[in-house]
Amino acid sequence: MADKPKFAMYWAAACGGCDIALLGINEKILDFAEAFEPVFWPCVMDGKKSDIEGLADGALALTFFNGAIRTEEDEAMARLLRKKSAVFVAFGSCAVEGCMPGLSNLSSADDHLITVYLDNPSTTVTDPAVVPRLSTRVAEGELRLPGLYDTVRSVRQTVDIDYMIPGCPPEAHQLEAVMELFMGTSGLPEKGAVLGAGTRALCEECPRIRSWTGREQRRLRFRRLYEIIPDSTRCLIDQGIVCMGPATRGGCTALCPGANMPCIGCYGAPAGVADQGAAMLSALASITDAGSAGQPEEAMQREVEAAFEPIVDPVGTFYKFSLAHALLNRARPASPVTDEAADRKGKGRA
Amino acid sequence: MKKISIDPVTRLEGHGRIEIFLDDEGEVANAYFIVPELRGFEQFCIGRAAEDMPNITNRICGICPEAHHIASTKALDALYRVEPPPAARKIRELLYSAFFVADHTTHFYALGGPDLIVGPDAPPAERNLLGVLRKIGSEKGKEVIECRRRNHHVIQTIGGRAIHPCSGLPGGWSKPVTEEERREIETAAERNVAFALYSLDLFSRILQGDTAFRESVFSDTYLHRTYYMGTVDDEDRVNFYDGMLRIVDPDGREFARFHPRDYRQHIAEHVESWTYLKFPYLKKVGWKGFADGSESGVYCATPLSRLNAAEGMATPYAQEAFEYFFETFGSRKVDGRYRPVHNRLATHWARLIELLYAAERMLELSRDPEITDPHIRTIPREKPSEGVGSVEAPRGTLLHHYRTDERGVLTRVNLIVGTTHNHAPIALSIKKAAQTLIRKKSIIEEGLLNRIEMAFRLYDPCFACATHSLPGTMPLSVIIRDAQGTVLREMAQYLR
Ligand code: SF4
Ligand code: SF4
Repeated sequence: MADKPKFAMYWAAACGGCDIALLGINEKILDFAEAFEPVFWPCVMDGKKSDIEGLADGALALTFFNGAIRTEEDEAMARLLRKKSAVFVAFGSCAVEGCMPGLSNLSSADDHLITVYLDNPSTTVTDPAVVPRLSTRVAEGELRLPGLYDTVRSVRQTVDIDYMIPGCPPEAHQLEAVMELFMGTSGLPEKGAVLGAGTRALCEECPRIRSWTGREQRRLRFRRLYEIIPDSTRCLIDQGIVCMGPATRGGCTALCPGANMPCIGCYGAPAGVADQGAAMLSALASITDAGSAGQPEEAMQREVEAAFEPIVDPVGTFYKFSLAHALLNRARPASPVTDEAADRKGKGRA
Repeated sequence: MKKISIDPVTRLEGHGRIEIFLDDEGEVANAYFIVPELRGFEQFCIGRAAEDMPNITNRICGICPEAHHIASTKALDALYRVEPPPAARKIRELLYSAFFVADHTTHFYALGGPDLIVGPDAPPAERNLLGVLRKIGSEKGKEVIECRRRNHHVIQTIGGRAIHPCSGLPGGWSKPVTEEERREIETAAERNVAFALYSLDLFSRILQGDTAFRESVFSDTYLHRTYYMGTVDDEDRVNFYDGMLRIVDPDGREFARFHPRDYRQHIAEHVESWTYLKFPYLKKVGWKGFADGSESGVYCATPLSRLNAAEGMATPYAQEAFEYFFETFGSRKVDGRYRPVHNRLATHWARLIELLYAAERMLELSRDPEITDPHIRTIPREKPSEGVGSVEAPRGTLLHHYRTDERGVLTRVNLIVGTTHNHAPIALSIKKAAQTLIRKKSIIEEGLLNRIEMAFRLYDPCFACATHSLPGTMPLSVIIRDAQGTVLREMAQYLR
């Protein structure tokens, strides 16, 4: 068999959805399996890390890396695969910007342990010594556990990447185009490019009729998602529903607005925008009436607060997918519960 | 015996791990199954707006996002004390049935199936989906792929997206089903029924034709007499979308029947400091360690458990298959109901009976005149405080429990997922597999990983779900130590 270019796909702290998405391109995946030789793809085939270690640097023609970086193993795999790959792609929201695992950065590793084991509705544990720890003596010997990292990072924050494919997960029609690009002969785009997505905001491809852009500011009150049945033809923001469309990269064909639900931002920020949440906030601020000239400062403040009051969780609303990349980021970790936990934290930071 | 020295901390990061300790005689003293990760949705969901939960928690797992999405949506119904209109309820169940067909198909043909269809002793390179396709022929193989494709298409039609659907709201669903969509879904459901019947037939042909396989299904290798849990409708038949939780004891007597909101009176979680994954057990029996039998609180929540805990199936073909299943195992009827089947390998068969039920249920719903009713939302009016939502996920009962402040901002989140319920039973099966293959210091290395994998796969464990952390497969290593703690063997392989 002539040597086909080698392909790898790996998941770090992922949900598996990205792998399923790639398999979801149906017939195209068979063409791809013809053109490339998958050598490492835990979701689909057996394979060992040592096989990858044995390869020359750059021997993998193409690697798709999905999932966020949560553990030492995740990080080591990202470094190893980067080294062995000619083209290394951050695949999916977790790899590109941290996605849901990034929300972990709102609390410390210890907060997690307390919530899951000690202060939990179905556990009956009161003794912190029973909480999972680095080393436990059992009758037959010693058992060890790895520590948890305090901070979740994206792959892009961890290694040098060549391309990124946004989306949670990336949509099938976009992936088909990407695979064609890699199978084709017309050359690859510039390093750092975003593949499988548009460049402009989702609103540009959403068929809903918008009235808020270009108009003067007007009184807008936001609503909770469950409070109204939105009209299916008009822009959701016009109806008071926070839709992340203005601050989200297009490319999915506006699937969520198509199901009468708001965009929640999974394709990340559009080209040229550094911070998705900040961009969304300024988009909303610019269309919210802050009162009229001559009104007392306090009254204006009250109006703005009233308009935004239904947004009960700004961080989770504006940074659901990109908190790991937010300019304002880290919560201060709580003080450690146990010595082990302190140990674990120390290790986590290493 | 050769010593292999390894550095367990650096080598084993992020791996599922089985530590087997031998005693002085070289027999298995104990086996520990260690899950070394925690992603922490229960923590980082605190502070989120409740209505965002269906679209946050579906990211727990890309294999069964539908289960989390629907359980979460139902938890919101409970939280806001709203009853969705009948059409919304049916639309959710329709999506859920399509999902069950797709998921059980994937498991049977791509994950568990290779052991059964290609054979447990075939070389690893053959034991995958491609090997299965070779064995059943490319025509049928295409049907497997087609089955997944058409059901994901149905999920996208109903739920807005094929992976991580987005349409769940407290009190309803965001999008009605049109007549045109309904017709398409009906056609898909008809094909699903035919495909499920074929799959069951294929299974019984393997069972009849393959003596080794038949022996292992009926043997004691993976037999554990435990309690069983599953959701039942008001006639005590299996239901995936809604109902009461029923638990039967190892003899098949009803032990408990309760609304999912009362789960804490019946289920508690045991914690061990050597693994991040917890061990649920029956509170009224108590945690008595890793043991089966009626004295131990260990219970199981799998396709087999659901059949064991129910009186029957709610659709005609599935009911026939249900009876044939219990008759084949020679299960006697007590109080008009079959006694539980304890042979864990029968879980594969039970899964196919459920596949058939899901297909038939999908067909029923697609023909329900109410399914295209555009009235799909009830607007919540009550102040939220607490809510529990539950469904049967393919791998077992899924419970979402939320508490909020009065603005509906989450203050507490508790999740017990299918794989977690089965954590202790999986540990039992692994130990038993190890005991059969390690005798007096002789370790059958080839067979060992294989059998341990089989013990795993029959539960179809999903560690993305369980730890809300790992992906659906995980690299698993098995380490065997002698009585002095010296490592005798270390083996590793990706589990799917
Ligand atoms: S980007 Fe989304 S689909 Fe992909 S691994 Fe992360 S959570 Fe799953
Ligand atoms: S804000 Fe949302 S609904 Fe409005 S146009 Fe943009 S994507 Fe569409």
